[in-house]
Amino acid sequence: MADESILTDEIKAMIGTLSEPVIMEVGRVAIRRYADAVGDDNPLFHEVEDAKAAGYEDLICPPGFWGWPIKGRATIGGMSIVGAVLVKAGLFRILDGGVDQEFYIPIRAGDILTAYSKIADIREREGKTGKMVFTTVETTYLNQNGDTVAVNRATIIAR
Amino acid sequence: MAKKQLCYEDVEVGSEVPTLEKISTTQMAVRWAGASGDFNPLHYDDNFAASQGTGGIITHGALKRAWLVQLVTDWIGARGRVKKFACQYRGMDYPRRMATMGEPAEGETWLCKGTITNKKVEDGEHLVECNIWVEDGKGEKTTPGSATVILPAKKG
Repeated sequence: MADESILTDEIKAMIGTLSEPVIMEVGRVAIRRYADAVGDDNPLFHEVEDAKAAGYEDLICPPGFWGWPIKGRATIGGMSIVGAVLVKAGLFRILDGGVDQEFYIPIRAGDILTAYSKIADIREREGKTGKMVFTTVETTYLNQNGDTVAVNRATIIAR
Repeated sequence: MAKKQLCYEDVEVGSEVPTLEKISTTQMAVRWAGASGDFNPLHYDDNFAASQGTGGIITHGALKRAWLVQLVTDWIGARGRVKKFACQYRGMDYPRRMATMGEPAEGETWLCKGTITNKKVEDGEHLVECNIWVEDGKGEKTTPGSATVILPAKKG
């Protein structure tokens, strides 16, 4: 039975699934706390005057920080969309696999972002410890003006 | 005093991004969980981690990603911008425990490094590409990645 695919029809049918949009508020405090947690003292993430001197309207986010969810549940790497189905298929061990990101407009304090996530791909691979399922969740972030500010593709590994 | 701004002309293919040193600790994991919103117990609960077959609590992949972002943003300065960024969480890293309320126990130190692989002008943007990675205490690249940045140019 070792050759049998662990991608059930139920799992395959999830490709293309869209999540509910999540509204993210980008606040100065959240930016500073995030930068502090990284140990990053870059003045663009801490001092409004320094950010302005560099040509930004306010503090900017370290690339990859999207603010804090105020409506809808934040999905860590889209995990909540796929988690339940993966677990149902017997894949209880779930790890973050990595990211691939594009940034178009710097995100700054005061922005309100809307995040739309979809399951872009689900594929199976043979790993050292057996079969693994790689799920890619693509999230597009729009700001309050309707501009796309960034796209984040997160890979989740289940085994 | 503000650092001197890095410009496109200052960058040579093959040269290195200045190394950034980091120490992952259990305390940092808690701070990161709170600030990022990732409360997966894999990163702070020994029993849960044991059930996940990771050999203990592991450092958040996204925290290592954030270290690499800092490596890049420190290097490119206030007027540089990150255009593309990618990394893969290939190897697991295990945080140091805390020796006191503020000091980590002895142990591993991680190095974030990078090398410049290409530079080009495209659609009026001065782009520099680099390979970046996090190296563990044994010198293994646990988190390889790449970034494309936009730098200001000296000549208009």
